[in-house]
Amino acid sequence: MNDTVVEARGVAKQFGDLNVLKGIDLTINRGDVTCIIGPSGSGKSTFLRCINQLETLDGGYILFEGQPVGVKIKKGRVHAQSNAEAARSRENIGMVFQGFNLFPHMTVLENVCEAPIRVKKEKRKVVQERARALLERVGLAAKANAYPGSLSGGQQQRVAIARALAMEPRLMLFDEPTSALDPELVGEVLDVMRGLADAGMTMIVVTHEIGFAREVSDHLIFMDDGRIVEQGDPRIVLRDPRHERTKQFLAKVL
Amino acid sequence: MSDTATASGASALDSDDGIDRQLLLGRPHQHHGLLWLTAAIVLFVIFLVGYSLVTNPRFEWGVVFGWFTSERLFTGLLRTLQLTVISMAVGIIVGVLLALARLAPNFIIAGVAAFLVWIFRGVPVFVQLLFWGFIAAIYPRLAVGVPFGPEFFSVDANVIITPFLAAILGLGLNEGAYMSEIVRAGLLSVHRGQTEAAKALGMRRVTILWRIVLPQAMKIIIPPTGNQTISMLKTTSLVSVLAFPELLYSAQLVYSANFKTIPLLIAASLWYLLVTSILSLGQFYIERHFNRGTATPGRMSRRRRKARALWSRTTAAQEVQS
Repeated sequence: MNDTVVEARGVAKQFGDLNVLKGIDLTINRGDVTCIIGPSGSGKSTFLRCINQLETLDGGYILFEGQPVGVKIKKGRVHAQSNAEAARSRENIGMVFQGFNLFPHMTVLENVCEAPIRVKKEKRKVVQERARALLERVGLAAKANAYPGSLSGGQQQRVAIARALAMEPRLMLFDEPTSALDPELVGEVLDVMRGLADAGMTMIVVTHEIGFAREVSDHLIFMDDGRIVEQGDPRIVLRDPRHERTKQFLAKVL
Repeated sequence: MSDTATASGASALDSDDGIDRQLLLGRPHQHHGLLWLTAAIVLFVIFLVGYSLVTNPRFEWGVVFGWFTSERLFTGLLRTLQLTVISMAVGIIVGVLLALARLAPNFIIAGVAAFLVWIFRGVPVFVQLLFWGFIAAIYPRLAVGVPFGPEFFSVDANVIITPFLAAILGLGLNEGAYMSEIVRAGLLSVHRGQTEAAKALGMRRVTILWRIVLPQAMKIIIPPTGNQTISMLKTTSLVSVLAFPELLYSAQLVYSANFKTIPLLIAASLWYLLVTSILSLGQFYIERHFNRGTATPGRMSRRRRKARALWSRTTAAQEVQS
C-alpha cells in the first residue's frame, strides 16, 4: 500500500494573462496535516481547488492515491475525464470553503445527509444515524433541524465540516475555513479541525491561523507568487525561516 | 439683523438670523384640507359609477347572474382552466429546457435556444395562434419516417392539429420563451459556491441542478411565474379566434344568438376575476413555501410585527379622527 495521498508535479494555472500557479511540486502522505500559508494572491487557494478539480490544470499533473486527477490515460494518450468520472473522484475528497456554502433550503441534518443518499445511494436511516453522530462530534447535535440561516458563522462552518465528513473522505481540503468568521468564533472551528487531525485524517489546510499551523500541522508550506518558497517542519519554518520572503511575511503576521 | 434678535425674546435658542428656534422644536402643523377634498371627489366619482351600475338597465344584472351560473359558461370556464394549466405546463417545461440550453457550454445549442426565444417572444401570440390554426396550409400532411428516405405513415395535419392542440402549441411555446428568461434569471441568481460545494461532495450535474440549484432558484422563479399564470388565464381568451369554445368564445356563442352582448361579457369577466383572485391567493402560499430556510422564523415574525404595528397605528388614527 502506497501511502502517498497526493503527488503534485509542475502544477501550473493561468487566469487569462495572470500566472497564478507557476509549477507546484508537492507530496502529501496519509495521516499528514499540511498547512499552506502565504499572502493573498499567492495561489494557495487555487492549488487547493486544483486537487478536487474545481479548477482545471494548465500544466503539470496531480495524482490522488495514485490516480491522475481530471484526466485519464487511454491507448497512450491523455484524455479529459467526463463529468461523471470527475464527480466520482471527488467523492473521496472532502472540502470546506471559506464561505461555508451550506445549502440554505435544507436543514442542518438534510445538508449532512444529502450527498451520501444521492451520491453513494446509502440508506436514509443509516446516513441519518451517521449524520447525527457527526453533528454530535462537531457539537451541534441540538441544531439538526435548524436551517443554516439561523446559525452563527462558526456553527455553519462546523456543519460544513460534518457535511464533508459524511461522505467518509480520505482527504480533507480546508480553504481558509476561519477567514470569514468573527474572531470569537474561530476557536470552535479550529477545535473541530484539531480533533479531526488527532483522529488521523489527512488534511490540507489553507489558513492564516499561524498558531494553528504551528500546533497542529506536520508540514508547513509557505507560498508566494505562484510558487512554494519554503516548506518543512512548522516549528522550524516559523521560528527560523531561511528565505527572505518568508521572514518578511512572518514578521507581518506574527 | 440684531434688531430682530432682541425683538424675539431672550431664549437661549435665539440667533440673529430671524429663525424662531422655539417654534422649530415643535412638530409641523398637519394640513388635512386637501386630503379631505381629494377623498371627497374620489368618493363622489365612485358613487356616480356605482349609481350608474345599479340604475342603468342595460347592464341587465339579472341576465348577468343567470348566465354567470349557467352550465354553458361553466363548461367554457373548465376549458379555459384546462388550457391555462396545460399551456403553463408546456411553457414551464419548454422554458426550463430553453434556459438550460442557453446556459449550455455548447455555443450552437445556446445559439439555437436564443433564436427560438427570439422568434416565440417576438411574434405576437395572437399571430402565433393563427399560424398554428392554419398549419395545414403549410404542411398539409404530417409524416413519420427517415428524412429524405422512406415514410412509415402520414396523417392529415387538420386531423392531428385540432383547435385545442393549436391553442396549446401557440400559447405553450410563447409562454416557454418568456419562462426561459424567468428560469434563466433564477438559475443565475444562485450563488456559484452552492454548485462548487455540491461538486465537491461528488454530486452529478443533474443532481446538483435538481436538488441544489433549482430549489433555490424557485424563490426567484415563482413570483413572476404566478404572474405569468394569471396572465395566461386571460390570454387563453385569444383562443376564441380558433373557434375553440373556452370561456370567452362560449359567451360569444350565447350572445350571438340572444344579443345580450354586455351581460354575457360581464358574466365572463366576473369568472376571469374570480379565478385570478384565487390564483393570487395560491401564489402567496407557494411563495411562502419556497422561502423556507431563508426567511427565518425571527425575520418573518418581525415583518408581521411591523405590519401589525402599522395596522394598529392606522386604526388608532381613524379612531382619533372619528
